[in-house]
Amino acid sequence: MTFSFRHRRKREQELDEELRSHLRMAERDRHERGETLEQAHNAARREFGNVSLIKQVTREVWGWASVERLMQDLRYGIRMLAKLPGFTTVAILTLALGIGANTALFSVVNGVLLKPLPYPHPEQLVWLAESKPNFDTGSISFPNFRDWQKDNRTFSGMAISRGYSFNLTGQGEAEQLRGRFISFDFFSVLGVNPLIGRGFALHEDDIGAAPLAMISEALWRRKFDGSPEALGKNLNLDGMGYTIVGVVPSSFDLGFASFRDIEVYVPVGQWSNPILPRRGAGLGFHGIGRLKPGVTIEQARADMSRVSSSLAAAYPDTNTGIGAALRPLKQTMVGEVSKLLLVLLAAVAFVLLIACVNVANLMLARATARTREFAIRTVMGAGQARLVRQLLTESLLLALTGGALGLLLAGWGTQTALRLLAQGMPRAGDVRLDARVLLFTAAISVGCGIFFGLAPALKTGARNLHDTLKEGGRGASGLRHRAQGIFVVVEMAMALILLISAGLMVRSLTALWHINPGFDSHDVLTFGVALPPSMRNANAAGIRAALRNVDEQLKTVPGVRAVSLSWGAMPLASDDEDLFWIEGKPKPETDNDMSWSLSYVVEEDYLKVMGIPLERGRFFTPLDSENSSHVIVVDDVFARKYFPDQDPIGRHIFIPNKGGRAEIVGVVGHVKQWGLVSDDTESLRAELYVPYMQLPDAAMQLSWNGTGVMVRYDQNATAIGYSLRSAIKGISGEHVMSRTQTMEQIISDSLASQRFSMTVLGSFAFLALLLASGGIYGVVSYLVGQRTQEIGVRVALGAHRSDVLRMILGDGMKMTLAGVAIGLAAAFGLTHLMASLLFGVSATDPTTFAIVTVLLVLVALTACYLPARRATRIDPMVALRYE
Amino acid sequence: MRRLYQDRIELLQGTLDLLILQTLRWGPRHGYGISLAIRATSHEVLQVDTGSLYPALHRLERQKWIAAEWKVSENKQRVRVYRLTASGKKQLESERSRWERISDAIAEVLNPAKTENET
Repeated sequence: MTFSFRHRRKREQELDEELRSHLRMAERDRHERGETLEQAHNAARREFGNVSLIKQVTREVWGWASVERLMQDLRYGIRMLAKLPGFTTVAILTLALGIGANTALFSVVNGVLLKPLPYPHPEQLVWLAESKPNFDTGSISFPNFRDWQKDNRTFSGMAISRGYSFNLTGQGEAEQLRGRFISFDFFSVLGVNPLIGRGFALHEDDIGAAPLAMISEALWRRKFDGSPEALGKNLNLDGMGYTIVGVVPSSFDLGFASFRDIEVYVPVGQWSNPILPRRGAGLGFHGIGRLKPGVTIEQARADMSRVSSSLAAAYPDTNTGIGAALRPLKQTMVGEVSKLLLVLLAAVAFVLLIACVNVANLMLARATARTREFAIRTVMGAGQARLVRQLLTESLLLALTGGALGLLLAGWGTQTALRLLAQGMPRAGDVRLDARVLLFTAAISVGCGIFFGLAPALKTGARNLHDTLKEGGRGASGLRHRAQGIFVVVEMAMALILLISAGLMVRSLTALWHINPGFDSHDVLTFGVALPPSMRNANAAGIRAALRNVDEQLKTVPGVRAVSLSWGAMPLASDDEDLFWIEGKPKPETDNDMSWSLSYVVEEDYLKVMGIPLERGRFFTPLDSENSSHVIVVDDVFARKYFPDQDPIGRHIFIPNKGGRAEIVGVVGHVKQWGLVSDDTESLRAELYVPYMQLPDAAMQLSWNGTGVMVRYDQNATAIGYSLRSAIKGISGEHVMSRTQTMEQIISDSLASQRFSMTVLGSFAFLALLLASGGIYGVVSYLVGQRTQEIGVRVALGAHRSDVLRMILGDGMKMTLAGVAIGLAAAFGLTHLMASLLFGVSATDPTTFAIVTVLLVLVALTACYLPARRATRIDPMVALRYE
Repeated sequence: MRRLYQDRIELLQGTLDLLILQTLRWGPRHGYGISLAIRATSHEVLQVDTGSLYPALHRLERQKWIAAEWKVSENKQRVRVYRLTASGKKQLESERSRWERISDAIAEVLNPAKTENET
């Protein structure tokens, strides 16, 4: 460009000279015709016309005028903005916040909702579950899966998997690894290729096949330094050697929490669970499938319902009422957060609108101050279009600078926001500032620039030059005041909507925190313990003895008040169910005729650890052992549901998987197993407790590699965690302690998504309140400034200070209340969209609406009060002399 | 104000171009000289507005129908002198015939009866 500028300057000079010589020649001719020098000079000039205009039109002929003009506008704009550092800083920061927040949230929406899943033909992927009479998306039994695989006509592949914890030994210190059992083609169905090595092959997932494993890239680097030598090596899991065949790249992330940080994948046939081959046993398997090209999910559903009904006909005992549930994989992955994200996106768009309106207001006020400048430029030959272009250039300059700054904020803010989510956002790994996000940011920046630049630009364009100059730059502009008034009203309305949504979230979260989960979550620590791998083949008695030893060792740790081993379900963390039937009723023919209950396997001190109240009868004692007759305890939901108006104590029920017939000896309070939010609406809420030592031998043998422990303590959690760890190390170096968590953390994590939406909505609302009150402050200050003379006259004519104050506050309040009215009406219409995010509070909760409205009015009143007080201090003498 | 000038340029564009090219046929001239010449040859009827003249000159220059160079006038003044180029001459011919067709046509529109009578 420089060459053209230099060239350009030369041409400018030449044009100057050319026109000057024209004038001189005209002058001389006139002089020679007898005019005086002065007459000649003036006449020649008059005849010649507007020099600067002629230059401009001529320059435009040169063709590079538009670029030149842009550069000129830019230079001029930068100069204007630099001249008002306060205005510029406020405007740019406002925009940076607005654009930054939008970019951050859009990058999340883009990564989570918009981007296709990172697998080949992601639209063919579906999530599979077994639908059961009481449960739409239950787990798939292994034999059923095999038949689905074999009999379907619409899938090119189908795989299942389930989580499992393995104890790794022989590779440094013993540790517990998160692992998954997978059917052989799990990775090939997804289209994920191993980093090195291979995946599993057909029949390698059969029961009795050779033990193989795929490991995660993380484990490979940690334990094998990323060496290809790892392939073919032995990995000692649960005391058995698995041959490593492949490494799964760390980029693999299925988005489900249950797939996070998985380090080993083992073929499902390796699971030593004796009921794996049972058709009625779900065992926590869920599946994924890949549709054949061109097959729709409806066709696949029809196909699977055909397969299901033939299975039901073949195995009526187990498969009556059993079907297949299919959902697009992406929808399953992001289902719960999509609503939340869309609400937040709407909220953040409001913030940006408020920011834009604020900046538009500033621009408008400034355009008024510049009326004179524009008038003079018009006289000097600038066209209206040119002035509008100039204003737009300035606003775009502001917007793009704000946008660039916003991008920086967003880069930092996105990661912070994602960290706020304890449970993690599904597909969080896909969230980054990619081309689409950059495009979005550029688009909204330009959009903002045009939006808030256009208002003052149009105003400027519509003004009569003559009047403006006569008015002396004060601007009679009732029109402009009205525009600013409307801006304030809009801002107030939007701020109110945001404040109300944030208020509703705060109320929801407060309501949630006040829910009694049915137990005392304070000072409870939970963790897992696995016995040494040598116990793998121990008999049940050996395992009982080892577990009793663990229990006794933990009880001796100072600061521990009560300990209970726990297997099966754990409140808010994991669930486990058992089928049962009540003695005295006809023995059920099939599993389908039995009832389900949540099932906890615990020790005698469990109630003490969890602070669960005993309502009737007794809880377990050390005497309820493998040698005594089987007893169980039920919760009040169980008692009311299965023994309405009867005393359950002394009655017997049959639990096939927990050793058969057992006597109910006590009733305890209900625990909100399914979480504070959803427990009340779950269908399966009955709970039963089984004494740990009365677990049937087969189950007892399975529990060696990972049982839960719950401890009530009276020190701080970190200290007690440390003492417990060393106590377990003290038993043997091969005992592994894992997943230490306080019960409070578990509760808090279960509320993570509510807390996330509250925090984000709250910060948006705060930002909106700040911007809107800044906006009304600016406008009222501006109006006071404009009316200085008028106020001076009023005061001179005898108006009281309080009259002035009332007048100014009244103006401000009129705008505020109009905004509040619109905002309330809009909020009534809009908040139901977020109803699914709320808990314990209606979407149109009058208390929230009222408190928030009062808050907003008070803040607005304060914002108006400051300039109003200034107005009361106007000295009439000074005001009238002003200007 | 500026609109005014632009309108006049639009209106006169083709004509003014033609007049300039025609004037330069008799030899190189500077801008002022061109305006004097047009005024003189039209017997003071056509007053060339400077606001149209210079944009027109620069446009014609850009189209390479005329070329400019700096010279020193008899009054020892540096002036920018324009001369007709070869392509300018061609352009002048075609402009001229176009103009004649147009003026004939306009004349016919304005005086249909007279034309009929004469033929």
